[in-house]
Amino acid sequence: MDIAAEVLAGRVAAGARAIRWLDDGDLRGREVLRAIFPATGRAHVVGITGPPGAGKSTLVDMLITEERRRGRRVAVLAIDPTSPFTGGAILGDRVRMSRHALDAGVFIRSLATRGAHGGLSRSTYDATLVLDAMGYELVIVETVGVGQEELDIVRLAHSTIIVAVPGSGDEMQAMKAGLLEAGEILVLNKADREGCEATCRHLELLLHLREGGDGAGAWRTPLLRAVAARGEGGDAIVAALDAHRAYLQGSGEFERQCARRCEAQFLALARAGVLAQLQVRAGAALLEEVRARRLDPYSAAERLLAPLRAGACG
Amino acid sequence: MAEIPGRPLRILLAKLGMDTHTVGITVVAHALREAGMEVIFTGLKQTPEAVANAAIQEDVDVVGVSSLSAGHTRNLPRLAQLLKAQGAADKLLVAGGVIPEEDLPLLQAAGFAKVFTMGTDTRDIVAYLRAWWGTRGAPQPPQP
Repeated sequence: MDIAAEVLAGRVAAGARAIRWLDDGDLRGREVLRAIFPATGRAHVVGITGPPGAGKSTLVDMLITEERRRGRRVAVLAIDPTSPFTGGAILGDRVRMSRHALDAGVFIRSLATRGAHGGLSRSTYDATLVLDAMGYELVIVETVGVGQEELDIVRLAHSTIIVAVPGSGDEMQAMKAGLLEAGEILVLNKADREGCEATCRHLELLLHLREGGDGAGAWRTPLLRAVAARGEGGDAIVAALDAHRAYLQGSGEFERQCARRCEAQFLALARAGVLAQLQVRAGAALLEEVRARRLDPYSAAERLLAPLRAGACG
Repeated sequence: MAEIPGRPLRILLAKLGMDTHTVGITVVAHALREAGMEVIFTGLKQTPEAVANAAIQEDVDVVGVSSLSAGHTRNLPRLAQLLKAQGAADKLLVAGGVIPEEDLPLLQAAGFAKVFTMGTDTRDIVAYLRAWWGTRGAPQPPQP
C-alpha cells in the first residue's frame, strides 16, 4: 500500500512520515497531498494561541481529555520556535500531554517554525490536511507564544482560542493590539490566581466594546475561566467549541473558511513560485547593471516584469 | 544568521521509568539544538510503549535515551523491540548516562548503535550524530 492510501486508512506511521516530507519540502509529500486532498475538509481545526507561559500546552492537554471523553479522535500540532541563529529547536510541548501517549485516538506532533514568522511553521496547513485525511475529527494547532501581530493561526483555524492569564499589564497591551480581536473564544487560564477578577472585568469590557458593532446573529466571543493544570473549565470550553462549529456550519461559514484557506494556500504557493522564477530570470546581467548603477532598481524590475505585462497572464 | 537547512535532523530525547535525573539530558538537548537539530522531549517517567509511540508520531531520525539509575537492561531492549514491531526499525537508537561497560554488548545486541557513557563530551555526541546523518544520503532540496 502506498503512503497516501495508508494515510487515508488512518495509519499513524504513514501520516507521521507524510508530515515529515511536507515539513522538509520533500517532493514525495506533494504526491501524498495530491492524493489525499479530495478527502479533506471534514476536521474541525482549532487554534490555541496566547502569550508565552499562558498555559497553552496544559490547556490542550485538558481539551484532549474532554474531547476523548466525548469519543472524538484528536490530533495536535504543537509549534515551537526554531533558533534563528543555529536552526535548531527544542520542542517540549508534548511533555504536558504525556498522559495521552498510549491513547490510540490521540496523535501529537511537534513542529519547529523553521524560519517562518506568524507563530506557525510553513508546513502547518499541509499537516492539518494530512491529519484531516487520517480521520481526526478535531485538529488542535498550538502556536508559539505570540506577541502583537503573529496571528496566522486565525486564518488557518475554524475556531481560535485566545489564552490569557490574570495580571500582567504587558500582556493586556498585546491583547488590545490584536489578539483579542482575533479569537472566537477567550479563556482566562490560571483563574485561581490573584488579579483574576480585575482581569476578567477588563476583558469583558474589551469584548463588550468589540461587539458593539456586530449585528444580531453574529458570534459572541465568550469569556471562560479555567485552571487547566487542575482540569477545571474544560467542559465549558469544549461546549463553546461545539457551539462555534455549529454556528459556522449553520451560517455556511465553515465551507467559506475552508475555501478561503485553500485559496490563500494556492496564492501563497503561486507567489513563492513566481518569486523563485523571477529570481532565476533576473540573472546575473540585470543584477550587475543595478549593482553598477547603470540601471535603477525600478527600471530593472520593470524590464524583468515586461513579459508578464505583455499578456502572458491573459 | 545561520542558514536554516531544509532537512534538520530530528531526535527524540527520552527518560524511561522512575529515573528523574534531568541535568544530563538537558545539557545534551541544548548542545544538539546549538548544532542545528530539532530536539523533541517526551517528559519524565515514560514507559517504553509511550516513547515508541512518540518516536513514530514525531517521525524522528534518532531516539536517544538517558539512563542514570539502572533499569536500562530491561527498558532499552524493550523500546528497541517495540519500534521494530511497529515498523520503525529505521530509526537510530542511542543511549547515554550511567551505563556500566559490561552492559554494552547487551544493548548493542538489542539494536542500540551507540552508548555515550559517563564523561562523554557533548561535542562527541554532535559529531557522531552528524556523521551518521551524513551517511543517510543527500537530503532533497527544499521546495519554495
